Amino acid sequence: MALAVGQPLGRDGNLNRLIQVCEDEDVALLEIKNLHVEVEDKKILNGLTLTIEKGQVAAIMGPNGSGKSTLAYVLAGKDNYHVTEGDVLLDGKSILGMAPDERAAKGVFLAFQYPVEVPGVATMTFLRTALNAQRKTRGEPEFSTPEFMKRVRETSKLLGIDQEMLRRAVNVGFSGGEKKRNEILQMAVLEPRLAVLDETDSGLDIDALKIVSEGVNRLRSPERSMIVITHYQRLLEYIVPDVVHVMAKGRVVKSGGKELALELEATGYAQFADEAA
Amino acid sequence: MNAEVRSMKTAAEQALSAAFAAARDTLPGKGAVAALREDAFKRFDAKGLPHRRVEEWKYTDLRALMREAKPLAGPAGAKPKGDIEPVLTGVDANHTAIVNGRYEPAWSDFKDNDPGVSIVELFKFLADEPGYRLGETPGSGDPAHWLNTAFMSGGVALRVRRGAAPAKPIHIAYVFSGDAGAAAMYPRVVVIVEAGAQLTLIESFSGPEGVDYQVNSALELVIGDGARVDHIKVGCDGGAALRVSTLGVAVGAKANYKNFAFAVGGAVVRNQTFVRFGGEGSEGAIDGASLLKGRQHVDNTLVISHAVGHCMSRERFKSVLDGESHGIFQGKIIVEPHAQKTDGKMMTRALLLSDEAEADNKPELEIFADDVVCGHGATAGALDEGLRFYLMSRGIPAKEAEALLVQAFIGEVVEEIAHEGVRDALMFAALKWLGSR
Repeated sequence: MALAVGQPLGRDGNLNRLIQVCEDEDVALLEIKNLHVEVEDKKILNGLTLTIEKGQVAAIMGPNGSGKSTLAYVLAGKDNYHVTEGDVLLDGKSILGMAPDERAAKGVFLAFQYPVEVPGVATMTFLRTALNAQRKTRGEPEFSTPEFMKRVRETSKLLGIDQEMLRRAVNVGFSGGEKKRNEILQMAVLEPRLAVLDETDSGLDIDALKIVSEGVNRLRSPERSMIVITHYQRLLEYIVPDVVHVMAKGRVVKSGGKELALELEATGYAQFADEAA
Repeated sequence: MNAEVRSMKTAAEQALSAAFAAARDTLPGKGAVAALREDAFKRFDAKGLPHRRVEEWKYTDLRALMREAKPLAGPAGAKPKGDIEPVLTGVDANHTAIVNGRYEPAWSDFKDNDPGVSIVELFKFLADEPGYRLGETPGSGDPAHWLNTAFMSGGVALRVRRGAAPAKPIHIAYVFSGDAGAAAMYPRVVVIVEAGAQLTLIESFSGPEGVDYQVNSALELVIGDGARVDHIKVGCDGGAALRVSTLGVAVGAKANYKNFAFAVGGAVVRNQTFVRFGGEGSEGAIDGASLLKGRQHVDNTLVISHAVGHCMSRERFKSVLDGESHGIFQGKIIVEPHAQKTDGKMMTRALLLSDEAEADNKPELEIFADDVVCGHGATAGALDEGLRFYLMSRGIPAKEAEALLVQAFIGEVVEEIAHEGVRDALMFAALKWLGSR
């Protein structure tokens, strides 16, 4: 089989998305423009501007309280995060008026810092419901059960998630590491175009960190962008970013290459506290 | 002033008196049965319909909710096509129909001929077996139960003989046919499960949607030593119906009794369950799930009496309340003196899907023995926003996310039903309810 003639471009329905991605070549995947956000009358994001290119892995670092997690929640569409100014554009179109499920169907995925336990809903059922709901919203045909099972089994094996865990209720009784691996499994199955990983390294020991990072790295592709939010440089040794942005007091205060992360490790965040003030 | 002085009779109470005077000579049963009727009506007449100042009926003020007493239901017409209880379609069972308050063999579908099982018309049974004393099971001191005894129009007596274990569930379907407009029916059923026998018993309640018919049913269940009974009550009453059901269970020694009360139908439903553990080493689980919307009012009231020691009881009730519905749970565990080593636990959870829905939970413990383990817990609240967001962030639309969470909430108790077919049928009914929201 030397020739790949007639080989599909993307997995089934992804063809349409690929075409769309090609058409919008000149538009950045995500553009955050002068974003101001309040939570319970407290100003958290303060004129944040950030562009994520297609296929780019961007690290967002910053001290506690700089607004990193707020950014993650605002992108996913959580209630009670009030955008008072600015905009968030995905493929050049605003997503601020969209419900979380509509954003997910457009390809936005948030790996939670604290994944929620969902009693009574088996992980497998949850994954299938989510995947098929997204496909339905996009006008794509639902996955057949064998096709779906195969996809989940392959991915879970790579992440060291056993079949027994898939039958259990989502995250119920899972260890911290298992919960994080489950987030990456969901990401792999749902194939987002923009994955936001919120402190995916927190609470992981070095072995778990390696497994999770490998899982994330396997998902890197020219069609998928990632925002990797972390407090520490450690994670970025495993998930090497294309760019690093530093957040302080609700805005990006410095951007640079991957070496910026190392620099921060040496100097700390104190310098930025002054800059943003 | 005497606090016991009764105020003027309501229109419904007057109608009940008139109906009893007119029907007393034609209602079935002679001798002891007729005397029982007279006595029950006299007791009822002295107290009247229970109201909010009667503690046991605090949340279901029958005097206010039952504005009129409907005339006694007439004979059933021909059986309509299809399954007698559509919710149970697909459940392989032997069906016994009680239509408009009377046993209707023509509506029944009892295929199996198990020598260990007998089903006979109630008043034939009472005439043939004068040794059986009707109304001795717990709960017979309740005013709604008196009313059933006064007006009981028919029913069956089911007996599962010593050691018998019928392969299929026995389903007793209470149906109001609604042929001639709204009416009242008073079915009465006796179930005797002898020592070492096993039975899966299903009761279902149904009737036409738009008719404000009334049901006052009573079932007395006697469970012999070492017997095992799985009892499922399916409440699919018509949307305008008022139903009061009284269940009295006497549990022998080393027996196992499971009860599951499922409710989706009815305008006003009072499901009262009285269980008495009279023999040591028995276990009981009284569970339930209600899914309510609109202005439905469903009251599950339990009284679990541990008369002897070394028994275990578990009560788990869950309700999902939408619209302006009102869900009530009253559960009382009584541990009598000397009932040592009793282990009783009660849990009730209400999930409120709307701001206008109301949940009342009243767990009570009355403990007169000192070496027991008893406890209760009650919660009521809205769907967890964090959970909802998590599901939606994965692409699941709001309604679907809510349905999945409600399904999981209800599933936790529905899964306790041992019979797979019934379990699946009720889960399917719950999904249908969710789909109709």
